[in-house]
Amino acid sequence: MPDGTVMDLPLMEDYDAVAPGLAGAGVEWLDKIRNDGLARYSKLGLPGPRDEAWKYTNLTRMGRTRFVTGLASAEPALDAVPEGVLDIDAVRLVLVNGRLRPALSNLSALPPGVFITTLEDAVRSGGQVIAQRLGQNTYGHDMPMLALNTAYLHDGVIVEVAEGVSIETPIHLISVGVADNDPVAFHPRNVISLGAGASGTFYESHVGLGSYLSNGATTLHLGDDAILRHRKLQNESNLAYHVASASVELAARARYENYTLHIGGRLARNEVHVILQGREANCGLYGAYTGRGSQHIDTTTFVDHAVPDCTSREVYKGALDDNSCGVFQGKILVRKNAQRTDGHQLNKALLLSEGAEIDAKPELEIYADDVKCSHGATAGELDEEQLFYLRSRGVMEAEARDLLVTAFLDESLEVIADEERRDAFRGIIANWLSERRERREK
Amino acid sequence: MALLEIRGLRAEVDGQEILKGIDLEIDSGQVHAIMGPNGSGKSTLSYVLSGRDGYEVTGGEVLLDGKDLLVMDPEERACEGVFLGFQYPVEIPGVPGTTFLKTAVNAVRRYRGESEFDAMQFVKFVRGKAKEFNMSDDMLKRSVNSGFSGGEKKRNEVLQMAVLEPRLAVLDETDSGLDIDALKLVADGVNTMRSPDRAMLMITHYQRLLDYVVPDVIHVLFGGQIVKSGPKELALELEKEGYYQFFETAA
Repeated sequence: MPDGTVMDLPLMEDYDAVAPGLAGAGVEWLDKIRNDGLARYSKLGLPGPRDEAWKYTNLTRMGRTRFVTGLASAEPALDAVPEGVLDIDAVRLVLVNGRLRPALSNLSALPPGVFITTLEDAVRSGGQVIAQRLGQNTYGHDMPMLALNTAYLHDGVIVEVAEGVSIETPIHLISVGVADNDPVAFHPRNVISLGAGASGTFYESHVGLGSYLSNGATTLHLGDDAILRHRKLQNESNLAYHVASASVELAARARYENYTLHIGGRLARNEVHVILQGREANCGLYGAYTGRGSQHIDTTTFVDHAVPDCTSREVYKGALDDNSCGVFQGKILVRKNAQRTDGHQLNKALLLSEGAEIDAKPELEIYADDVKCSHGATAGELDEEQLFYLRSRGVMEAEARDLLVTAFLDESLEVIADEERRDAFRGIIANWLSERRERREK
Repeated sequence: MALLEIRGLRAEVDGQEILKGIDLEIDSGQVHAIMGPNGSGKSTLSYVLSGRDGYEVTGGEVLLDGKDLLVMDPEERACEGVFLGFQYPVEIPGVPGTTFLKTAVNAVRRYRGESEFDAMQFVKFVRGKAKEFNMSDDMLKRSVNSGFSGGEKKRNEVLQMAVLEPRLAVLDETDSGLDIDALKLVADGVNTMRSPDRAMLMITHYQRLLDYVVPDVIHVLFGGQIVKSGPKELALELEKEGYYQFFETAA
């Protein structure tokens, strides 16, 4: 890539300066992966409204921001993790601007059979497994932001759970974005894999201070019969951009369950791509999203039924206030031989103000003939009958509305079996509602 | 002064006049019943009294203890002591029964200048009431009316009434959809709530309920007006003769 070309691309202004410092620069296989990413991003460019996948989410303003790559900036001082992360007992991995901060992490509680390292360390120690994992990533050839993430490949963590190991204590990855002066960009790549029969729970909390871009990508591999509960809180600073994708591959009878609470940031896009590539694999994608002010909150999912006898479920619920905009794009693809596929998808949006907007695009693309599939999207206001019922019992209208919004979002949490962990998300929702109340009372 | 005074009340829904001048007074301690055929305006009257949107009052007045009800929001009316027992209690998935009751009770207590219940006080208070009205703790924990049987929903209405201790209870078709056992349970609850400090207005189609909750006065609502009032024996007459006599008069 000749000098100058790269620097003209949005979000790559400091790439030439940063590239030599990326982990394992000069290691052939790694350079190849990065160069592929770079070539793809150069070709695709920053996604715009003409890209079908980005029709409803406009990155123009983000693209005009001059971010400094986290790697190239000084490590920000941080004594403690800021407020707003999930409060759960877990093995904590804290990343600050994409980089692991051991002082804030507690890797000591790591159970046997679990291996955690950073991409940087993995490369340093040979990294054959990681080479394979990164190379395996079958998705993303048409995903510009993932290509950008790949070009900057450096930060992130690798989590490996050995065959048959069941981890009781969850692993909690906390990403903190900190921009003291200039806007900062970081591109963490996390790789999580569970061997056959392994099981565990993986949490993510994304918080931060100031103006930054978190452009993360997570690759997840589940072996035969593995079970992963993946839960994510996107609670970024209100000046932040958050673009993230999770690419999940499921082997036979593996079960993947994702719950995402998508609540922070100025513009945030959460993508989940699941490929069911072993028979009787099962995935459940669930979540809630909220918007206020002029927030833009995008949930995009893609479920690929590649083999017969798999099951997928999707339920998302969004509450949008003020002039916020929600996006839901969900696609289920059933390939020709994926007979007896059972796939359902539902998005329900609650519009709490005149100015709020939801763009929903549910899609089914089915090539097999023996399938049970459905999709649905609803958008509406609070139920007038319920509201009147509450008011007729003396509950003030504003309080009645809050009760109903809470109930609406709370329902999304039913998939989380553990009451205590459900409470961690519930606390974040309750906080959102109380802030909403405070703003109203002003 | 009567507890409830309705004078010349007119109301319309979607531009169509449903109530065409209703006059009604209920004294404290009394139970009145309103009977009438479908479409006579019974449910409209209950919604107008409780302040539901979409029911536009075009004339007359309604006073509760001398205060003008019609200028108040639904929640204010509830705090002043109006309770509407719904014909079809609304299911509210995701809102636990106890949360709902606590929010309501504390809203009313706040309005009346009383101290709010804390969680412990409330649990004690509501458990006592639930026991008195044969409601299981389980029903309190579940989401409001969600998946309740017809009988459970109506018992839940009675429990809410017991918890809120209204001045005026308007019970809209409390007997609809109940088998005889459920009807007895609900009627027992209503009878327990009869008190010298309270007035009740029961809206019903059939005489059946009135065997169990015996009213002091019965009114016949027909074509948006009260066309006949009388003692409890009037119900028996209506049961025998039906509402045809009024159709003839109207024609």
